[in-house]
Parts: sequence; C-alpha cells; structure tokens
Amino acid sequence: MTKKKTFMDVVSTNRFIHTLMAIILGFLVGAIFLAVMGLSVGQAYGRLITSVTSLKGFSYVIVYAIPYIMTGLSVAFSFKTGVFNIGCEGQFVVGSMAAAVVGILLGGLPGIVLIPLCFLAAMAAGALWGTIVGILKTRWGINEVLSMIMFNWIAFYLSNFIAGIPAIHSDGSAEATKNISEHASTLLSKDLINSLGLAPTANWGILVAIAMTVVIWVIIEKTTLGYELKAVGANRYSAEYGGINVNRSILMALAISGAMAGLGGALQLMGMGNRISVFSSQEGFGFAGIVVALMGCSNPFGVLVAGIFYGALTYGGSKLNLVGAPTQLISVIVGTVVFFISISVIFENLKRIKTRAQRNAEAAAIRRAEEKEAQK
Amino acid sequence: MKKILALILALVMALALVACGGGSNNGTKIKVGMVTDVGGVNDKSFNQTSWEGLQALAKEDKSFEVNYLESKTDADYQTNINTFIDEGYDLIICVGYMLADATKAAATEHPDQKFAIIDDATCADLPNVACLMFAQEQASYLVGLVAGSVTQTKTVGYVQGMVSDSMNLFGIGYITGVLEACPDATVLQYNANNFGDSAGGATAAKDMITKNADVIYHAAGGTGMGVIEACNEEGIWAIGVDTDQSILAPDHVITSAMKRVDVASQDISKAVKAGEFKAGVHMYDLSNGGVDLAPTRDHIPAEVLATVEAAKAAIIAGEKTVPTTTAECPAFTLDD
Repeated sequence: MTKKKTFMDVVSTNRFIHTLMAIILGFLVGAIFLAVMGLSVGQAYGRLITSVTSLKGFSYVIVYAIPYIMTGLSVAFSFKTGVFNIGCEGQFVVGSMAAAVVGILLGGLPGIVLIPLCFLAAMAAGALWGTIVGILKTRWGINEVLSMIMFNWIAFYLSNFIAGIPAIHSDGSAEATKNISEHASTLLSKDLINSLGLAPTANWGILVAIAMTVVIWVIIEKTTLGYELKAVGANRYSAEYGGINVNRSILMALAISGAMAGLGGALQLMGMGNRISVFSSQEGFGFAGIVVALMGCSNPFGVLVAGIFYGALTYGGSKLNLVGAPTQLISVIVGTVVFFISISVIFENLKRIKTRAQRNAEAAAIRRAEEKEAQK
Repeated sequence: MKKILALILALVMALALVACGGGSNNGTKIKVGMVTDVGGVNDKSFNQTSWEGLQALAKEDKSFEVNYLESKTDADYQTNINTFIDEGYDLIICVGYMLADATKAAATEHPDQKFAIIDDATCADLPNVACLMFAQEQASYLVGLVAGSVTQTKTVGYVQGMVSDSMNLFGIGYITGVLEACPDATVLQYNANNFGDSAGGATAAKDMITKNADVIYHAAGGTGMGVIEACNEEGIWAIGVDTDQSILAPDHVITSAMKRVDVASQDISKAVKAGEFKAGVHMYDLSNGGVDLAPTRDHIPAEVLATVEAAKAAIIAGEKTVPTTTAECPAFTLDD
C-alpha cells in the first residue's frame, strides 16, 4: 500500500512547513492591516528588514533572542513530556532575581566564580519554582496550569518585595535593584564591541543558550531519562504500566524546564538588564516562550531558530514607529502566526479523516468482492 | 530701480530660507525623539502628556520632526536611546527618573548628543543633559487648600506611591495646604510602595473612607487609578495628579495637581531649535506655569477658588514659600 508521497502529503504533514506557511500568512495579514491603515507596506517591512540585517542590528537581535530561546526551550521541553509549563514566566522572574541577589551581595568575587554561581542560583530558583507546582500536582492532583498561573504572580510580587529590601534596592532614586557587580556581567569587552560596531549590550549569553539547546536535545533524544519523559508524555498510563515512575518523571520534567527558564532570567539580567526594576506589569518573557516553542515545533533546534526570529521581530518591531507604523503590528503578526500554527492540526486531521474514509471504501470493496465470490 | 529692488528682495528671501535651514546638523528638520518608561505612551500620565506636547509642537511648527520609542522592559531604555542616537536625532527626551541611569551612561558616552530627562536631577552635572524638574510641592499645596476647604468631616486622605525625597514633596505640600485651610483637620496617610497596584489603591482609599475621609489625594500613578475608582464608587471627592484626571471620574474628581510635562518638552525642543539648549536643572513651577491646578474647575466653589488664586499669586510674588522638607511639616508622617 506504500505509495510515493505527493507534494500535498508533505505540505499537510510536515510541521516545519506548516510553521513557515503560518509565518508567511502572518506577514500577509500584517500587510493587509498596514494597507487598511493607509501605510506603506514596503516602507514598514523594509524598515523591519534593514533594522535587523546590519551587523549592529543583528547583534541586537541576538541579544534580544537569548531570553526567548531559553524560555522557548523551557516550554518546548515541558511540551515533549506532556506538561504545559505556563509557569515559565514566574520561573524566569525568580531565576533572574536569584541571579541579581547573588550578583549584588557577592559582587566582590571574581567573575570566574561569580558568573557560574549566578547561573546556578538562577537555575536552582527556577527549578524549585517548577518543582513546587510539580509536587502540588503529583501529591494532591492540583491542576498544574492553574497553580502555575498563580505562581507567576507569587514570583512577580516576591521579586518586587526583594527589590525593596534595603540591601538590594538601588541607592539612587530608581525603583529597581542595585546594578549587579561588573564581575557578573556577560558583556563582551568594550574594545571588541566598538571595533566590530556591535550593539552596546552584545554579550556571550548566546553561547550558553546554544549549549543549552544541545543539552536539551541530548536529554530528550539520547538518555533514558528523556525516553521515560517522552513515554509519560505520550501516555502516562502505559508508561506506568511499563514500570516508569510517572510522578518522578513529572517532577524531573518541571525541574529541568524551570531551570531553563531561570537561567534565561539570569542571562537577560547579566547581559542586558543589569538590574531588575520594580515591576508594574509582567514582562512576558515566559509567555513569549510559549510562542517560540510553538514556532519551533517543540524541537530544541527549531526553538533556537524561532527564538532568533522572535528576537528579530521584537527588536525590528520596536523601530516601526520611526517610519510611522505602529509597533503593535508585531503583535498582529505574531498572533496570526500562532493562530495558523494552532489550526494547522486541522490539515493533519483532514488527512487522517480522508485516509480513514479511503480505508473504509477499500474494505467495503473487498467485502463486496468476497460476497460476490461466495454467491458464485 | 524696481528690478534691482526685486532682486534684493528675492536675495533676502532666499537667505531667510537658508537661515531657516540652519541650526540643525542634518538638513532642515529638528528631530526630537522621546523614550517612554515601561508605562508606555498611552499611560494617561506623563508619557502621554509629554508625547501630546511634542505632537502639538510638530503640528504648529513644521520644522520639528518628533517620534517616540516605547520601552517594554527596564532593559529597553538603553536600546531605545541608542536607536535615536544612531538615527541622528537632535534631542532625546527621556521620560521619568527610571531612565536616569541609562541616560547618564548614554550622555557620558556621547558628549555631543543633547538629552533632556523629566523628573530627575541626578544627571544635572552632565554638560549635555537638561533636567526638567517640577515644583510638585506647589501644585500639591494648592490642591491641599482645596481639600481643606471642601472637607465636611475634617478628615482627608493621602496615598503616596513610594517614600523618597522627591515623592515626599507631594505629601508635604498637600498637608501644608490642608492644615492651612482647616487647622484641625486629620490627614490619613498611606504609602502604597507601588505605582502599579490599582487594587491596593482602592483598598487603601476604602479604608480611609470608613475612617471618615471625604477627600483623597493620590500621588501614586497606577495605584492612584484605584483610589479614584474607590472615591467614585463611594461618592466622595478624589484629587488627581500629574494630568487633568477629571476624565477618569468627571463627577468625583474635584481637581488635579497638574504638571505641565507637555510645556516642558516643548520648551526644551524649541530651545534646541533656537540653539539655546542649556544643560542642568530647569525648574518648572507656578511662576512659569509649569505646575498648576487642572483647567477643569467646575466642582470647586468660587470662594475656594479665590483663596487658591490668592495663594498662587503670593507664591509667584515670592511672598510665600511652600515647605520642601519633612522638618518643616511635622504632620507628614510617611517617612517615619
């Protein structure tokens, strides 16, 4: 029954192609919005492209992409294992605050000790934040989506509270923490930045993000742990029947997922922010991670590319109103992309329904043939 | 003779045109860029007011080109400032003291770039930053007079967003005004320690209302939105801050302590155009119209308005000064 795959077969089943189509559709819808508003599509998209294609622009894109890659990895990892980590936002926040506390209070330590300490503190805080929700789920069966959304707010106010502690709070008038020690900064050297003409916030955090992409891929694809997690994700009851400790798996998944988000918070802080302000609204790095994971098809390397794409949209989009187009255009594009990726499942289902119908028809034909045979 | 006259006239006009084009290093337009804080450009407060001022300026004087960049997170300030520097803007206006560190860093690195920052004086020692400051205590004093005059219960409330020297000016001015109009009044004071917690603001206001307050002033940004909402629900007077907030609750906002951020942004832009940009602190107070009561004054009784106008005239004439330190205003208790 195997036949050669047609073009339509590939289009309707390949998720990367779905994503690509969704992105093209997103830009088309954005163009329609621009046209309706009477703005020049070429000018707006031209600006978007020129802002991100120069060396300086691209270095900005990379800087913006780092936290999105990390939260994207966090969400993608949780997707693989059947848990929806919508608490990524809170894990990001506690991670970055943990790194800030270490970076401020232990600021005297040399960078080679301090930077790993900040990373570890952030990962531990993020993992802890994920694990608490995991325990609530595995012990008492509390729906993780609800508790995660609430934990996002606990993280939000906890961060604001810590930022207000005198030892942490800025000495100046700013409503923010002190700046972290220079030793904890991941910025490239000033000379290098100036000689290459990079963004002033260019930092080597991207190397950590790439390394983590590989680590997550190895965990999922090459380890027993990853196999168990995927098995739980595919069907928790059959995994349990197969002798896998499901509760332990869920806790591990949330801990690793949380650690990635927490590390993302540290990278953002140490490369770009330098301090954490008292929040008045959620910054949304974690929620953006959901979009990045979707666009990256939950594949670690897909997430890496999607994170850079999202970074480009964010950075390029922030400049749109220099040519008179609203920056909200980016939200329209991203929203449309997510919408089309989500409904792309329909294509797959259509295909499935079609093949089932075909199978039924074939079976009926065979049955008829057999009946005819029997009548003879 | 006529021809020569015409020629001279034409030459003068051509020269005048050239002169118009001068003053800027990149063509004929003066480019002014504004960087918002995380409140965004539609924050119904100083980001919005400042942007509206710039838009009005660009409309009336075509030689200005104005633009803004919104900051989504604290880390965006630096990027946005650098974008304007790369684009060759003549003046970059940073809205709010949250941008002080980013402004300081950029101004030190780019000594030829002109900056202005609103509500911050820590950059005043830099030769290329104009600090646009407002005499908050003067406007707060005037609304305090209003509150002290209209209160029936002799109890008024005050919600502050944060305790700091510059924020305390609001409370000191207000309480001085209240006590001057009604010496035996009680002023309930609350520090929300947050500028974005409108639910917390509402709770604080309701608490004050149960303790008999019938006028509440807030200097607390988004937290104050909750204060105004609660006053509107309970039917007592609220006093707004920074902008004319009577649009939020037209029947229950009696007045607002206005800060003319729009005027300040326009002034500094015009100064850049005229080549008269001055670094250092630019103080906006009652005497130059930088702070005042909001223009919506329908709810204020005529005799109260007369008292306020008299006090305002006395301050402008220098016959009266509003205290600026907690030592001069012992009734202010938030910093204890």
